[in-house]
Amino acid sequence: MNATNLSLALTIGVLYACGSYLLMQRALLRVVLGFVLFGHGANLLLLLAGGEARPVPHAGTTAPGEASDPLPQAMAITAVVITFGTTALLLALVHRAIVLHGDDLHASHTLPPPAGKGDQP
Amino acid sequence: MNGAVPLLVLGPLLGSAVSLLLGPWPRLQRALGAVVLTGSLAVAASLLVAADDTGPVVARLSGWDAPAGITLVADRLSALVLTIALAICLAIFGYAIGQGSAEDRVEHVPSVFHPTYLALVAGINMALLSGDLFNLFVGLEVMLASSYVLITLGATSERVRLGAMYIVISLGASIGLLTTVALFYATTGTVNLADLSTVLSDVPPPVRTALQLMLLLTLATKAAVVPLHMWLPDSYPSAPAPITALFAALLTKIAVYALIRTQTLLFPREEPWLLLLVLAGATMLVGVVGGLVQDDANRLLSFLLVGHIGYMLFGLALASAEGLRGSIIYLVHHMTAQAALFLVIDLAQRRRGSTSLSELGRATAAAPALSGLILIAALNFGSVPPLAGFVAKLALLQAAVTDGTAAVMAVAAVAVLAALLTLAVMGRIFVQLYWGAPPAELSEPDGDAIDVHSRTSMRLMRGSTTVVVSAGIVLAAAAGPLAAVTGRAAEDLTVRTPYQEAVLGDLGGLP
Repeated sequence: MNATNLSLALTIGVLYACGSYLLMQRALLRVVLGFVLFGHGANLLLLLAGGEARPVPHAGTTAPGEASDPLPQAMAITAVVITFGTTALLLALVHRAIVLHGDDLHASHTLPPPAGKGDQP
Repeated sequence: MNGAVPLLVLGPLLGSAVSLLLGPWPRLQRALGAVVLTGSLAVAASLLVAADDTGPVVARLSGWDAPAGITLVADRLSALVLTIALAICLAIFGYAIGQGSAEDRVEHVPSVFHPTYLALVAGINMALLSGDLFNLFVGLEVMLASSYVLITLGATSERVRLGAMYIVISLGASIGLLTTVALFYATTGTVNLADLSTVLSDVPPPVRTALQLMLLLTLATKAAVVPLHMWLPDSYPSAPAPITALFAALLTKIAVYALIRTQTLLFPREEPWLLLLVLAGATMLVGVVGGLVQDDANRLLSFLLVGHIGYMLFGLALASAEGLRGSIIYLVHHMTAQAALFLVIDLAQRRRGSTSLSELGRATAAAPALSGLILIAALNFGSVPPLAGFVAKLALLQAAVTDGTAAVMAVAAVAVLAALLTLAVMGRIFVQLYWGAPPAELSEPDGDAIDVHSRTSMRLMRGSTTVVVSAGIVLAAAAGPLAAVTGRAAEDLTVRTPYQEAVLGDLGGLP
């Protein structure tokens, strides 16, 4: 754990901050965007967890001691696939919500469903 | 036996792919699902026997050794939970086929119920067997991604609105868990649980506590621990009934398993953990009191589900072998009891076509067999002796008395109070269904009017329900062996060495 990439760490912080802000929104599409940013932040964090960037970890190309850590890269690619799949599902859900209700606002059990629409322009 | 462990993940996953291709032929999908689930159950049961006889069964995927490669571990705890979970999956599968609503086509699109169900089972198996944190995350994600599809099945207006909330909260917790995994790797350079358990003692205490709390926070959100429970009673009741029963029985319980596994293995404790004790007490009270005031039967049961998560946390918070044994017995009991309750209530609701308790007065008065099932399920959930609920609570309370400190005894008092309140709620449900006043608009006793199912599908639904309900009696009858196995499992968890040695030790001696 020597020198950490400061710009990457700051980027992760900004991604998490924007992601959590968007996750709090009522409109589902913004929530999806928030989830995307959140996921990107987590994936970059996985990458950063592997330490500083070094040559490709490929047997025969780089000596094992000099290569960068392949394990977090493997985890990041798995996480990328998972976030990609769930984003697709969420977008399908947003589409369905718009088809059904004409808007993509969150359910709120404090308001009866038809009355809730009155607040929106 | 080692070669059989990956089958539990691969089998359902391949079955899910084949089932998707079999979309136009629901009969083949049903047969495939039944075969895969029965096969998995048989493998899980044999793993339980093997793990109890000879210690944890470890599979190293592709022959990669422990810290670098992926390991699947079936020890006593995971094999026991796995066996019970698969048995419930199979029974609810039978109920879902009988009920048929999950298989309905929506606007020419064939239902994806069968492939998704098998993918869910694959996720559950993977989460339970995983030997490292990252694959635990992947297993939970496979399970939850399938649950997102199942909860919005048919995509009606209500399901989309409530399902969206469930999905967003689950995904938030998932990204939190992924962040935690990344931080574990950044701190220690490994995500293998057995490896972490030895390395973490060198980590500075503040960092260690931060990691522990992050893990607790993310898994507690998935397990619906108060104050992170709000999503559950709003979202679960909107799904088709058998799917609600499946979720209630398994999803939160898998998260509780993950909590037990990670907290005992990575952060062993000598004395009770005050934070978790407080959370357990709050969860019991808020869940059960919330259940007292609900009118919708499914919402009521969802609140009780939250409340009873508290009991499992209580045993974990005690941090003693007896406490963990109580937690494991409670976990096993609760998975069966919660599924049983949702299924019997669904059978009762079917007679009236309503989920509101006030409209269900006398719904089962003309059905003595169903009333009997409801009575057994309710008494079991209300922990009346001699049923399994009593055995589980007795084990927990004995562990609490053995510990005997003031904080533990206070939470034990809350546990007794919550148990009595649960019994009151159960009594209210049964009395309303059997003797309650029928709603004014409904003049003649209904019965067959709502019931559009054929005799065979009704028989399948009743049969599956009877099996799940009778689990409460079987577990109580087998309380001796169950206490022995769970006692050994709890012993393993507190000692930790069997798990560590099975994963890290004797490298190379395996095929």
